[in-house]
Amino acid sequence: MAIVQLLSVWLIPGLIAFILLYGTAKKVPTYEAFVEGGKEGIEIAFSLIPYLVGMLVSVAIFRASGALEALMEVIKPLVEAIGLPAEVVPLAAIRTISGTAALGMTTDLIATYGPDSFIGRLASTIQGSTETTLYVLTVYFGAVGVKKMGDALKVGILADILSFIVSFFIVLFVFGR
Amino acid sequence: MVNLIWVMMALIGIVFAAANGTMEEVNKAVFESAKEAVTISIGMISILVFWLGLMAIAEQAGLLHKVARLFMPLVRRLFPEVPPGHPALGYIVSNMVANMFGLGNAATPMGIKAMGQLKQLNGGGDEASRSMVTFLAINTSSITLIPATVISIRMTYGSASPGEIIGTTVVASTISTIGAVLIDRYYYWKRTRKGRKP
Repeated sequence: MAIVQLLSVWLIPGLIAFILLYGTAKKVPTYEAFVEGGKEGIEIAFSLIPYLVGMLVSVAIFRASGALEALMEVIKPLVEAIGLPAEVVPLAAIRTISGTAALGMTTDLIATYGPDSFIGRLASTIQGSTETTLYVLTVYFGAVGVKKMGDALKVGILADILSFIVSFFIVLFVFGR
Repeated sequence: MVNLIWVMMALIGIVFAAANGTMEEVNKAVFESAKEAVTISIGMISILVFWLGLMAIAEQAGLLHKVARLFMPLVRRLFPEVPPGHPALGYIVSNMVANMFGLGNAATPMGIKAMGQLKQLNGGGDEASRSMVTFLAINTSSITLIPATVISIRMTYGSASPGEIIGTTVVASTISTIGAVLIDRYYYWKRTRKGRKP
């Protein structure tokens, strides 16, 4: 653990130092290149606003109305039939839609059942092993102005489902119930 | 499909709120989430400017090109439509590497930059290309090496071994990333079979 922590502290400063050194060695006008490249970031952030507002508002309505919870109740028996613990189902369902909600839920599950319980380990693995698909889609496509997403959403959601199932079996296999 | 999901989430929510008496919560949520979205976007300016600035140095120094070449055999198979040596590959590889190390705030700017390059390659239209869908599939299931946030939560709640889930997370995310690429390939195969534009 100590090594992991040390590594994560050193990683970014190390990377910055390396790029600056490398750039200087290759005689790149570093400061000017940085400023020019950075300008793009401002534009991207602003063009992102409408995409993100649209998506987050829709998700928020769905959540605040209680519809999400109701949906979970519907899915629960189906998932329990396969053998997945019902407590983790809401997390699996929300992980695709809202990152902050999922993080809250993971914290809650760990706090309730303990970090070293089956549910705690499973929640940890689900939280760590996948991204919030809807958010990634909105940000990446939104930032460059792609409106027609093609099969991207379908692929993302199917990959998420696969990831939950894989997480369940791996945790079961490694730690047991 | 996005239009449908977007409209359905909002409409179902409003109908549900009417039936359930949660309209007040919905009202609050609309404006709070809109504000949150703007806060997130504006908040991203700092990391976007910083990392895109730094990556501009890396690109001009030829570092991105080198990094891309290191992973060339893999990346070329994943993105057969991107010409070898194209700068998009450098950003794609950087994004994947940053994701692996859990550097989310570095990964996003590089990913956006890669998307922009892929869009140019696609003629600048507003439609997602094959490579873009593949890139997103990889990103949504992202290979994780160190799930730092989860580890810190586990520490907070007194886990005997906060890092013990690193192994399961790595395996789960690796398998799901491979799965995501296969699912992506399957849909690509379906598109071409139908004779639609790939």
